[in-house]
Amino acid sequence: MTIFARIPMAPVTLESPALDRLMPLHLRLDEQGVIRWVAPTLAKLLPEAGVLGHPVSQVLALRRPAAPTEMADLRARIGARLHVALLNDPDLVLRGHALPTTDGGLVINLSFGIWVNEAVRRYGLTVADFAATDLTVEMLYLVEAKSAVMAELRSLNLRLHGAKVAAEQQALTDTLTGLRNRRALELRLAELAGQGRPFGLMHLDLDFFKQINDTLGHAAGDHVLRQVAQILTEETRATDLAARVGGDEFVLVFPGQTEAAQLELIAARIIDRLCEPMCFEDQACRIAGSIGMVLSAAYSGPDFEAMHADADQALYASKRAGRGRATMYRAGLPPETG
Amino acid sequence: MHGLINRSIQGFLRDTYGPATWGLVAHEARLGFDSFEPMLSYAPELTHAVIAAAAKVLNRPKDGLLEDLGTYLVSHPNTEAVRRLLRFGGVTFVDFLHSLEDLPERARLALPDLDLPGLQLAGLGDGEYRLMVSAPFPGMGAVMVGLLRAMADDYGALVLLDRSGDAAGADLVLIQLLDHRHSSGRHFDLVGQGLA
Repeated sequence: MTIFARIPMAPVTLESPALDRLMPLHLRLDEQGVIRWVAPTLAKLLPEAGVLGHPVSQVLALRRPAAPTEMADLRARIGARLHVALLNDPDLVLRGHALPTTDGGLVINLSFGIWVNEAVRRYGLTVADFAATDLTVEMLYLVEAKSAVMAELRSLNLRLHGAKVAAEQQALTDTLTGLRNRRALELRLAELAGQGRPFGLMHLDLDFFKQINDTLGHAAGDHVLRQVAQILTEETRATDLAARVGGDEFVLVFPGQTEAAQLELIAARIIDRLCEPMCFEDQACRIAGSIGMVLSAAYSGPDFEAMHADADQALYASKRAGRGRATMYRAGLPPETG
Repeated sequence: MHGLINRSIQGFLRDTYGPATWGLVAHEARLGFDSFEPMLSYAPELTHAVIAAAAKVLNRPKDGLLEDLGTYLVSHPNTEAVRRLLRFGGVTFVDFLHSLEDLPERARLALPDLDLPGLQLAGLGDGEYRLMVSAPFPGMGAVMVGLLRAMADDYGALVLLDRSGDAAGADLVLIQLLDHRHSSGRHFDLVGQGLA
């Protein structure tokens, strides 16, 4: 409800410079559609030679839908939202509306809409080119502030991503099984060598694992790997180390272990348990494991390369002897071939 | 405290005194890390600790350091964004002074969690203004003095600045505008590089 009654007012008459201040992007047409006045900011966008006295259809074109700017077209859209292209810079589409004047002509007032950034840059516009009430400068401020914030967020994201990659590289855990990974294994071996402490090492390779992956899918394969990890954790002490070092390859380290018989006992228990069928979604998954073993005490110094090679050779012997068994390395084992 | 503020202090110390000095300050302040993240928030104590540590490491009074920080924010190429956002405040230095009251609100448009000090400008006539700085912690007045001095240069205005505290704990900055067209100042385009 309005308190004040609307009193009939005489028409507002503004001198052109005053209108220019209110609407610096307007132009006025006479009854025939000839341009009779161009406000100063709009003049900066139009051909330098000037457009006064030219028909508006040579200067502007309607867009969305595209149409010529004949007076009939403009009058048909009085008061509607117009999309107007400048023919001398047609990729700049301005927004506006056309309203009739008492002399039978039209006033077309324009605004940059979403193109404001580009227009301000392209034509070197300043604050003085906009009406005091215009929010353009605030919008430019916001665009700039948001861009600065986005740039900071982007670099934060990059840094966090870098930190994540670095953390993954430094991680000691195999994410699938929760066992230790190759990096953790290497650190532990280096630690044992530093302490001069003897240890036993087992290299375990799963048998028939590839078939599980191929026939039942990777989800089944992953399930089997987690079951194996469970078995290895249960069959080793907290001070031992069980690491997954490849797809279906594991290395176990037993600090302080110098007895071949002890190691063979543990290996036999692990192999027995690996042979028990594992269930995945009502499907029985059958695998087995082959193991090669070495004792560090058999070496004169900490020679990991030789130990790994010998453990591999013993593992190969287990495979050759029919899988599902463990072999302690000894000189004279047949060499690994392919 | 918003990480952007901490990061600005870090940038100021690093760009002005070198990475080694920043390293010493970070250690002296017991940050436990070597770089603030501008888009995260930190406990206000960390900001105080860094400023106190910088004053100790550089053997300079806090106020002098904070004034230099304000100048750095406007005049260093690495913080060009700050200068540009401040220049949006107005066409002349006087326009800019009057726009300061909107500054916290303007900042919140871009970063809703950024709390800038409250700023209130009073015109005393004859080219004199008084800016009241109500900051969540002391020292913001000194930053404003450095910032205003650099912004006056940017607009090409000649000003005298004087700072005093008031009873309520707010900082008062007295601004005497001697010549608003002392020099041509620095150019300002409404649309910056790389934003078109």
